[in-house]
Amino acid sequence: MWSLVGFVEAIRQARSGRVERHPTDNRTPAGKAPAFGGAPDGRGNRSPARVVTIGLVVLLVTAGCAGGVRSRDPNVVIELDHYTDAAAGRQFRAVLDRCARRFDLRIQRQDVPTDQLMPKVLRDATAHSLPDLLFVDNPDLQTVAETGALTELGQYGLSGEGHFSAIVEAGSYRGELYGLAPGVNGLALFYNRTVFERAGLDPPETWQEMREAARTLTRGSTHGLAFSAIASEEGSWQFEPFLWSNGGELDDLTSPESVRALEFWSGLVEDGLASRSVVNWNQNDVIDRFASGHAAMMINGSWSLSALDDSGTDYGVVPIPTPSPDVAPQVPLGGEVGVVPETTPRRQENAARVLGCMLERENMLDWTTDHAYVPSRVDTAEQYARDVPAMKPFVTEVATGRARTAELGPRYREVSQALADAVQATIAGSASPEQALERAARVAETAD
Amino acid sequence: MTTASAKTTKTGAAPPRRGRRGIGGGRERLVRWTFVLPMAVFLLLFFCYPVSRNLMMGFQQWTVASFYEGGAPFVGLDNYVELVTDPLFGTAVLNTALFTAGSLSFQFVIGLGLAVFFQRRFPLSGVLRGLLLLPWLLPLVVSGAVFRWIYDEGFGVLNQVLLGLRLIQDPIPWLSSTQYALTAAVIANIWVGVPFNLVILHSGLQAVPASLYEAAALDGAGPWQRFRKITLPLLRPVIAIVLMLGLIYTLKVFDMIMVLTGGGPANATETLTTWSFALSFEEFDFGQGAAVGNVLIVIALVFALLYLRSIRDSLRSEGEPR
Repeated sequence: MWSLVGFVEAIRQARSGRVERHPTDNRTPAGKAPAFGGAPDGRGNRSPARVVTIGLVVLLVTAGCAGGVRSRDPNVVIELDHYTDAAAGRQFRAVLDRCARRFDLRIQRQDVPTDQLMPKVLRDATAHSLPDLLFVDNPDLQTVAETGALTELGQYGLSGEGHFSAIVEAGSYRGELYGLAPGVNGLALFYNRTVFERAGLDPPETWQEMREAARTLTRGSTHGLAFSAIASEEGSWQFEPFLWSNGGELDDLTSPESVRALEFWSGLVEDGLASRSVVNWNQNDVIDRFASGHAAMMINGSWSLSALDDSGTDYGVVPIPTPSPDVAPQVPLGGEVGVVPETTPRRQENAARVLGCMLERENMLDWTTDHAYVPSRVDTAEQYARDVPAMKPFVTEVATGRARTAELGPRYREVSQALADAVQATIAGSASPEQALERAARVAETAD
Repeated sequence: MTTASAKTTKTGAAPPRRGRRGIGGGRERLVRWTFVLPMAVFLLLFFCYPVSRNLMMGFQQWTVASFYEGGAPFVGLDNYVELVTDPLFGTAVLNTALFTAGSLSFQFVIGLGLAVFFQRRFPLSGVLRGLLLLPWLLPLVVSGAVFRWIYDEGFGVLNQVLLGLRLIQDPIPWLSSTQYALTAAVIANIWVGVPFNLVILHSGLQAVPASLYEAAALDGAGPWQRFRKITLPLLRPVIAIVLMLGLIYTLKVFDMIMVLTGGGPANATETLTTWSFALSFEEFDFGQGAAVGNVLIVIALVFALLYLRSIRDSLRSEGEPR
């Protein structure tokens, strides 16, 4: 029977031209068929010696893998992150190497695309072969910590003293510090300076002003505003500043404040001030729309600065508008935290030394300047805002920023997904804000 | 591929001369087993193990802690109960059914039409037929990305053409409205599936003797009658295979939807496959993800059995004297 299903799958694979990247591997019976479908070919079958050789090789390879953490050279720190783009990777590597050299260590860096990092970490956790030093997106720290594979940072003499308190919160799991970040990022409002000047507008500070500006600047195929409302973390993280600034909370999604925030958000699309396609845009798509002049404003993070500089767009950046001028924007803190998984005491010690070195003022400044992140240390960030004026709005926001996981801990993942779904349902027009948020709140209640 | 090698092993293992079976003894039996062995090992490793593991996981409660500490508690049917009571379950099942039925029917009708069309020989017919295979050759991720552009509400070519022809007044939000997203995904998938239907049906048509058409024409049968009375009945076994295989492929379509909409907007294109992926790799609830996978396995299995039966029946009817 399975040979039949395998056959079917093999044809389907051949038809789709897709061999690797089969995310359903774990579940579908035939998931692994195509990649190996060609292996037992005529030649392989005919020679038993060959079969034996292959078998031996497989055994040896698996035995080699099973060696695990203990057999690794303790002076080589294995590091894993998701800075796959060449420039960021290079800068990150430079800081890592500098820190490793100081302790006579070597770095073996691995980088995987963002969406593959967590599956890889969980896989490594299963095999007990986690890297020595790991940089994960800060809300994911809860998930990794939940596995029990992380070590508390206090034992290595590391602390979040002098760091923005929200960053320390983002690195904490059940009240203990497991992760620290050299730098963080956040969201802000980008506006096209040329378009604004031509229309005689000032960059908006309040929701009302943002709406008005968007209305004035929406013309033909150009929309006033672009943002991401995709059905994942990116979508909820873009909405969160609006939810929080209006007094809404993730653990109280049915409050009138939360509903009003979503009404405002979806109203932008409903009134045609933002494209309906926002439900399919990730943040990179949003940059593309803005850079190509199809959106006069966009909500995006500091990482877009370099892409925009390359595109030659004349733009300005201001903090995210708030419901009234006397409310400070509350943006979720983004960026990756460094964590030290459980390996061997010596390896853990080495990894923590490297992490500690990356958190030193000079190294922090180097990495954040190159990568358009905000330094985690309050005093370093102040100096940084003076040195790099383009980053000033982000620095301002970090001071009042919030950790997404502060209240919900590991439950954040499910609540955030429910919130992203609610945003989608409202914008795509299949539910009213109240209905959508009520549904999300029900999911949030059952989250474990 | 697998069936082919299974077949060779079978014929290889059956000795042509019956009389020698007992005499050859141990050595010959050993040789037979060495033929079977690689296939058996392969099946055990890459089919039996993952499938049984997946079946097991469907009855276990997987949390992220299960990864590090190993071992997940056995929870009986809890995962399935949770699945069925999840409001998304109905949506996913309905979407899967609509997606499969919609894709399959149009793929088949268009494929059959084209196959009959290409039955006639005309200049460049071979080249055209080759070109029609193109969707088959492109990686689905590439086709999906192109369709994303085609469907774009603002500058997508589809809306531009429809607007230009004055067929619609306002651009249609193909991928960003819960109303159109599934239709858009089905259309893209039809485009991908037509060549498969065309090729198989076309080769089936080659087997229909031309003399039958000539005789029918002499008896005064028109084109429609010839199609109904000759083409369709003689093509029936091939049609059964095409539909059955197409059904199993379409049930499992994942990448096209993932690239186009990722299951959105607001779960409007969430099928069992994308949901299973989301449960396992986004929510890290591998137990439930596996449970959805198991449901898919069962559905595919049912149709695979039907398919086997139809093959057996058609073989039997072919064996009968005409």
